Amino acid sequence: MFLGIDYNTWWFLVFGAVISGYAILDGFDLGAGALHLFLKKENSRRIALNAIGPVWDGNEVWLVIGGGALFAGFPVAYAAVFSAFYVPVMIFLVGLIWRAVAIEFRSKEPGRIWRLTWDIIYSFACIVVTLSLGLMLGNVAMGIPLNENKEFTGEFLSFINPFSVLVAITTLALFMMHGAIYLAMKTENRLYTKLTILAKNFNVFFLVAFGVTTLYTLLYIPHLSNTFRSSPQYFIFPVLMFLAIANIPRQLKKGNYRFAFLSSAITIASLLITIAMEVFPNLVYASNDAANSITIHNGASSTKTMRILLTIALIGTPLVAIYTSFVFWTFKGKVKLDEMSY
Amino acid sequence: MDVEILSRIQFAFTISFHYIYPPLSIGLGLILVIMEGMYLRTNQKIYEDMTRFWIKIFALIFGLGVATGIIMEFEFGTNWATYSRYVGDIFGSALAAEGIFAFALESGFLGILLFGWNRVSSRVHFFSTIMVFVGSMFSAVWIVVANSWQQTPAGYHIAGAGLDARAEITDFWEMVFNPSSMERLWHVWIGAFLAGAFLVLSVNAWYILKGKFLEIAKPSFKIALAVATVFSLLQLVAGHASSEVVAEHQPAKLAALEGHYDSSARGDMYLLGWVDQKTQKTTGIKIPGGLSFLLYQDFNKPVTGLNAFAPEDKPSQVNAVFQFYHIMVAIGMMLIVISGYASWLWMRSKLFDSRWLMMVFVWAVLLPQVANQAGWFAAEMGRQPWVVYGLLRTSDALSKSVRAEQVLFSLVLFTLVYATLFVLFLYLLNKKIKHGPVMHTSASEEDTEHFGVRENPMLRGGKT
Ligand code: HDD
Ligand code: HEM
Ligand code: HEM
Repeated sequence: MFLGIDYNTWWFLVFGAVISGYAILDGFDLGAGALHLFLKKENSRRIALNAIGPVWDGNEVWLVIGGGALFAGFPVAYAAVFSAFYVPVMIFLVGLIWRAVAIEFRSKEPGRIWRLTWDIIYSFACIVVTLSLGLMLGNVAMGIPLNENKEFTGEFLSFINPFSVLVAITTLALFMMHGAIYLAMKTENRLYTKLTILAKNFNVFFLVAFGVTTLYTLLYIPHLSNTFRSSPQYFIFPVLMFLAIANIPRQLKKGNYRFAFLSSAITIASLLITIAMEVFPNLVYASNDAANSITIHNGASSTKTMRILLTIALIGTPLVAIYTSFVFWTFKGKVKLDEMSY
Repeated sequence: MDVEILSRIQFAFTISFHYIYPPLSIGLGLILVIMEGMYLRTNQKIYEDMTRFWIKIFALIFGLGVATGIIMEFEFGTNWATYSRYVGDIFGSALAAEGIFAFALESGFLGILLFGWNRVSSRVHFFSTIMVFVGSMFSAVWIVVANSWQQTPAGYHIAGAGLDARAEITDFWEMVFNPSSMERLWHVWIGAFLAGAFLVLSVNAWYILKGKFLEIAKPSFKIALAVATVFSLLQLVAGHASSEVVAEHQPAKLAALEGHYDSSARGDMYLLGWVDQKTQKTTGIKIPGGLSFLLYQDFNKPVTGLNAFAPEDKPSQVNAVFQFYHIMVAIGMMLIVISGYASWLWMRSKLFDSRWLMMVFVWAVLLPQVANQAGWFAAEMGRQPWVVYGLLRTSDALSKSVRAEQVLFSLVLFTLVYATLFVLFLYLLNKKIKHGPVMHTSASEEDTEHFGVRENPMLRGGKT
């Protein structure tokens, strides 16, 4: 116990915070990549790439930390989830490879075909990564079949189902909107104007996808709204989410991209919190037999490890916060191309 | 083929591919710190030019290191689920520490290292270079600690039994400082420095042969040569320390490294050889009793041989382990000879006179790479059939819910992707090397006037 909350819950919070951080930070990189082909001019594409250039790698590290946090704190969940989603995980990883190398390789040759090829690979990779993230999130939220040893027993292609596909599309829409808003913050003149239009369009795309997914959840996946039905005081999180979502079009109209970005960041975080609250204290809900679910207790490391992990997090988080802010601060303002740029 | 063999092939393939890049990143990091440090001290343009050139190569290598590293992190969960449950308590904390202390540091400051040249002061830039280097050193710490724990477990107890059995930490620092971690860490670090130094040597030797960029190539060559000479000697010490740890904690591995079967016989040391696993005979050029001497300072003392172990407790690929180990050691000796000879010429101011020596250096870049790979193969195959030495067998470590077709799918996918990446990597590396550093060094009056004004020379540089 620490401050009246047990270690397992603490680590669940830490893990959730890291994943939210990842979704917010890499969310705008992936979104910017997903909409890359909407930008037509060579210069626009270069500016868009350089807008994320100095930060995307640092953002991706949040995924690495999240993976480590899950492995260390909840090894049973780490083992079950990644072996259950073997194929989507592999596709996700290969997508991340191509995203990384496309950014790096694109600028190394001036040829038009070379650059176009990498633009396509880059954008496609970002879309694939985002969709597979959404797909896995949807499946975890919905639950998967597990046996008593917490091993996945489902069919090989069962990860493709209507709910998860809807979540995947919503994630894509959300990231594209988030990315467009980020790019709008970092650009000027005609590219800026173009991005403001894109941001508005993706906002509509997101609202539609989100609406349909929410409706589907309420109708067909009842266990994802139990907590809120039984304890209405937690309603504050969905309410916060709806406020943030409603605020985005308002800020977009006003042309206030900083606040729009903040709102879309809050949207991402509160969406994840809402899902987490419904799932808690499960990590992976066993859809065949709730008794087989992996919880924050039966899926966890020893208390000793939990304590060590929290110490590591307490020391590490402020450090990471300091140098992440330092890097973002160094590259603040509109993108300027120079000799070292992509 | 079954899940086990496919998963092993996939793991070996993906980690070997990953391990091409980290040593170069770490080693180049050291060289960059030296170069940029010299630039700040002397304020001479050549050091700025060489730093900027190597930053670009560093970016390419680092990018591939990151792209291939992410795979490794998730592969434990996808392919080795039982293993992940078993060691999560221990391995996971090392991996989490690695993410938060090392990778975050590295990739945070990487942005400034690569793109910050015009945005921050030269001191802040230098600081970022150091942080990236330190971060990459740290990342080696945690992963080597985790791997060493698998080789020589310590600071744990086993909780539960059967399918629920798993290792739990009892003492964090004992886990971190397990019997082999420090020796192996030094050995891995030095191997990385050598990989970086020999890349710089190779590229500059090629420029010298071609008579290009000489003002930059010669001093760069000397910097890297100093690093190479010092660390190839130190590697002998570190490697020897590793052997002693193996002898003490993993006798079956030691016996495999030297192809030694008979426990009642003295241990020989081979320069070259061949292990016949059927007849259990090892033939080759040897120092009789050499192994006994290294371990006990006595040429005749018997050394525990492979025959002392039950078949299911010792590595099955003895000849492979033997060969990998001997390749590594032979390369270690070669590196000492090459860099030592070059340093001797340097002291006599004849370093750049001999073309064939430069030719040797052009190709020597492959040596540390091969040694690094061979070292890991010897260490990992010598540990078989255990994933966690003495505790968990590789065959028990698999993901039960994953089927062979799935692993085959991902293996084919990785083979295609990595083959493409590797070709592109070589192509772009080659192109960058051919293009060479952008020189601001022509030492005309105008140039010297601009010292300290960083924007100016920048704008003249071409983009590639
Ligand atoms: C001796 C050092 C060493 C070794 C043995 C390994 N790595 Fe590695 N790894 C690095 C040294 C490194 C590095 C130098 O820190 C890299 C390479 C280039 C880079 O960008 O970081 C890296 C990158 C890297 C990344 C991407 C980090 C990022 O996004 O910045 C991950 C997730 C891993 N590695 C994970 C692993 C795992 C799970 C390994 C073992 C199975 C492993 N590495 C072996
Ligand atoms: C520190 C980074 C590591 C490196 C550089 C490394 C290197 C290698 C190499 C070269 C092989 C091939 C040996 C062979 O094919 O027999 C291998 C195999 C293997 N390693 Fe490691 N390893 C590392 C960490 C780990 C870790 C953390 C694990 C934990 C699961 C691990 C488990 C295995 C397994 C299961 C195999 C396949 C078994 C085999 O084929 O022999 N390794 N590794
Ligand atoms: C000079 C003579 C050398 C000796 C006596 C030596 C000894 C050893 C030994 C005994 C191991 C196995 C350690 C274990 O299983 O725990 C090892 C592993 C290894 N060696 Fe060497 N080595 C030498 C040179 C080199 C060189 C020159 C390099 C690279 C440039 C290198 C890179 C490695 C690597 C990467 C490993 C695997 C990691 C590890 O287990 O530490 N070695 N070496």
